[in-house]
Amino acid sequence: MDWLPIAASTYAAEIDRMFYVILVITGIVFIGVEAVLVYFLIKYRGREGRKAEYIEGSNKAEIIWTVTPAVIIIGIAFASQSVWPDVKDPDRFPEAALEVAVEAKQFEWNITYPGPDGELGTADDFARRNQLHVPVGAPVVVRLSSIDVIHSFFIPAFRIKQDAVPGMQNLQLWFEATQTGEFELACAELCGLGHYRMRGRVFVHSQDEFESWLAEQS
Amino acid sequence: MHDAVVMPGGIRAEPGMRVYNLKLGMWVFLASEVMFFTGLIGAYIILRFGAGEWALPGIPLEEGGTPLAIQLTAFNTFLLICSSVTMVKAFASIEHGDQRGLRLFLVATVLIGATFVGIQVYEYMVLAHEGFLPRCSDELAAIVPNCNLFGSTFYTMTGFHGTHVSLGVLCMIWVTVKAFRGKYTRENHGGVEVIGLYWHFVDLVWIMLFTIVYLI
Amino acid sequence: MATVEAAAVPLGHAHHEEMGFIRKYIFSTDHKIIGIQFLFTCLFFLAVGGLLAMLIRWQLGFPGQPIPGGGGLPDTMAPSGIMLPEFYNSLVTMHGTFMVFFAIMPLLVGVYANFLIPLKLGAPDMAFPRLNMMSYWTFVPAGILMLASLFVEGGASGAGWTVYAPLSAVPEYTGVSLGQQLWIVSIIFFAGSSLLGSVNYITTIINMRAPGMTLFRMPLSVWSLFVTAILALLAVPILAGAVIMLLFDQTIGTTFFLPEGGGQPLLWQHLFWFFGHPEVYILILPAMGIVSDVLANGSRKPIFGYHSMVFAIIAIAFLGWIVWGHHMFQSGMNPLLGTSFMISTMAIAVPSAIKVFNWLGTIWRGNIQFHTPMLNSIAFVAMFTIGGLSGIFMASNSVDIFIHDTYYIVAHIHYVLFGGSLFGIFAAIYFWYPKMFGRLMSERWGKIHFALTFTFYNLTFFPMHILGMGGHMRRIYDPNQYEFLQRFQGMNKFISISAFLLFASQIPFIVNFFWSLFRGKKSGMNPWRDNGLEWTIPSPAPHGNFEVTPTVYRGPYEFSSPEVEEDFLPQDLPLNGDRKPVRQQVPGD
Repeated sequence: MDWLPIAASTYAAEIDRMFYVILVITGIVFIGVEAVLVYFLIKYRGREGRKAEYIEGSNKAEIIWTVTPAVIIIGIAFASQSVWPDVKDPDRFPEAALEVAVEAKQFEWNITYPGPDGELGTADDFARRNQLHVPVGAPVVVRLSSIDVIHSFFIPAFRIKQDAVPGMQNLQLWFEATQTGEFELACAELCGLGHYRMRGRVFVHSQDEFESWLAEQS
Repeated sequence: MHDAVVMPGGIRAEPGMRVYNLKLGMWVFLASEVMFFTGLIGAYIILRFGAGEWALPGIPLEEGGTPLAIQLTAFNTFLLICSSVTMVKAFASIEHGDQRGLRLFLVATVLIGATFVGIQVYEYMVLAHEGFLPRCSDELAAIVPNCNLFGSTFYTMTGFHGTHVSLGVLCMIWVTVKAFRGKYTRENHGGVEVIGLYWHFVDLVWIMLFTIVYLI
Repeated sequence: MATVEAAAVPLGHAHHEEMGFIRKYIFSTDHKIIGIQFLFTCLFFLAVGGLLAMLIRWQLGFPGQPIPGGGGLPDTMAPSGIMLPEFYNSLVTMHGTFMVFFAIMPLLVGVYANFLIPLKLGAPDMAFPRLNMMSYWTFVPAGILMLASLFVEGGASGAGWTVYAPLSAVPEYTGVSLGQQLWIVSIIFFAGSSLLGSVNYITTIINMRAPGMTLFRMPLSVWSLFVTAILALLAVPILAGAVIMLLFDQTIGTTFFLPEGGGQPLLWQHLFWFFGHPEVYILILPAMGIVSDVLANGSRKPIFGYHSMVFAIIAIAFLGWIVWGHHMFQSGMNPLLGTSFMISTMAIAVPSAIKVFNWLGTIWRGNIQFHTPMLNSIAFVAMFTIGGLSGIFMASNSVDIFIHDTYYIVAHIHYVLFGGSLFGIFAAIYFWYPKMFGRLMSERWGKIHFALTFTFYNLTFFPMHILGMGGHMRRIYDPNQYEFLQRFQGMNKFISISAFLLFASQIPFIVNFFWSLFRGKKSGMNPWRDNGLEWTIPSPAPHGNFEVTPTVYRGPYEFSSPEVEEDFLPQDLPLNGDRKPVRQQVPGD
């Protein structure tokens, strides 16, 4: 069942795992509820001369089906915490091997790379449009911004999504790609007539290839 | 006055909140008004405290202080509170069947309320002349920090409040006319009570606004 | 304005002078006529919303191909019938807008709160009949303005029904100016209409219940409408304030949501969703209440766990105020806030689950009659379960990182709003049609409509879960721009064809509805053998409702009671057999 896109980042598998856990739990509940429903509809279908049983309720049942969902829900909530702070809290980001600045605008992604000095915000930085080049197996931190409307930085294969809100400073996200190859960057927040074509390409290189690409750019 | 609604056949309804329909309806309506002003005031608070610098009272305009006329508005606040007092006295009068007191104090409330609106309009004119608008003039924007934001929130909050007061004054006039026509009695004066509720609400909102916009 | 003098005399109309057609049917103050006015108007808007959806699905199923019959559309929308991206964005926006504000919410509240509340409580009309009339007549201009926005220069709003700023606040970003402003003014009128309604419903339910109709003898339909009215009373003003600020940003140079002026785009989201989340409970709760009434009737059994059901409604309403941030998990807000919103969002699954189990308990050991309203109510339970369960995925903030703004969300929305609310609305329409019009809709065509709708509805919306799992974004004019989405073109086409068939399946409903007005079987007073007070008076219900105010002796769910031979027991029937009204003496009177 390959409905989910390829999982190509370090935390993608964890997010997928969370998805499947919830799928299994909700799937069981779904099948259970629908099966019981269909069973009751058949078994208690109206027949001549029958009367329904005059039952108003059951406190015991109420307690059982209040506590049980509550416990399951609390479990899912706790489990969800596994990856959320790690992905979203800048204080918990790993040390960045590469830092880039991504500026979203109608309708493109402008990506600024640190130049040979390895530092963003210096004179040797260079920018590329709609092309994100990163090394495999190394944490990449993206400093995200928007100069017009709200966009959303979405790389499905990495399972990362972060809104780019104009006026918000210090928006950051991170990911670490686990395999080389080419992936896609999409805009995931309606941003105008070109929203559907605000596409970027993500190139994950081996460390050597990335360094040679970097060198080529200067 | 009746505290339960009487239904066809002379039959009393189930006791609800033991408050007649008109009064209950006004309380319910005021609850929605609370939420409306909460939205506006909440937005102001978020914007102001997210904006960093703000034009504070007590600092001269040239040094980035507030362009608002605190003293005049303080007097206006006092007037509005007085009008709530006259409103209370109007209601108390008709509770005792005192028609003359009712009419006197209703007229007083109308006049004071109208004066409040008048002074607000005057203040708007002065501020506009100085360049303080929903979008500030360039000169003022250079002096007053976050002037556009200040203007946006100031005019929206006080403008909607002023609209509510103005509509209140119009309703008050109508109630006053009815009072002069002898439509209210000791037993039946719900209209006076509910316009009073509305009026006190509008006064309360103003006290909050005055505090967080002018004083803090 | 009504004064207390009016309350001192028996309510209802002591005078029966002949009212002209205009007073009686156009500017009526009779809650039943007003409810029927809303019904016709909102069925029209439901069709409009559906038509807009068909256009959306055309583009997604057959991208870039000329719309059949679309040659007549102006070049600003679809030159040579081929849809432009900006028109697509407007379609998506207006589909959501019409469906939420002009179809689902008013079909539940404007129609059934108005029609049912006085009838089910034993009251002659609402507390404020003239305000009630104005509630309809502010709704109509709201609808007209919203329709008009489709035809003005620049087109209708293209910022989504959620109109996020700054996209919506600055005309240059979308090319839409007047259209967005009309949207806002329309919503302001809508807010006024909603307010007038809420004040009426709440006051009437609190103050105008017949003797013996204690709060815990009210049907769940009334309970849910009561709680919904309170939610609307408190949430809609926030929306009104927000859209006014947006209008000011657009027109008079304020900068509430514009960062250039120190404003905050996120403020819009907070305001909108603080309204928006209670709004979605407004959209589902009345349907839940209606379904409870119909399930008990169809099972010939009391609703299981009546008190729990009431508390669940109240719990859902309360919790609904503290979950709004789950729409903003990926917005850049503090991750700690994300955690707290996740917890409250997960919590709200519990009262919803309680309701589903109680509905199952209602059917258990029943004697089920599969009439059309019952079929639709059963579908509600089955489909709402799916919609509710899918919500758990997005409640998990980590999973939401991936599925936010994908078709997983679209699937969820439509399972709860169509699978839930709309099936509930269909149940209500079939069930109370006889009380409105004195005739029954055709059972056969009702069942055909149900079977077709249920089938094509699931074929349309279930696959959207799969699209969402694949990362398919929302509001995308042409998914084929992305390689990772090209494999879904076949599924998009399948969904579109199912959607066209779903739309076509509504034809039997429309024909049945109108045909039955004139040729439907006369229904008599109580065709469903139900216990509610509305079934103790003639069909259609007469002006003034009850000749004499009834006295209530029991709750509304006494089906198959051991105390009587019949399998139903009306609320107002004293068990010594005669229906003499009791004049209620107030102590100290």
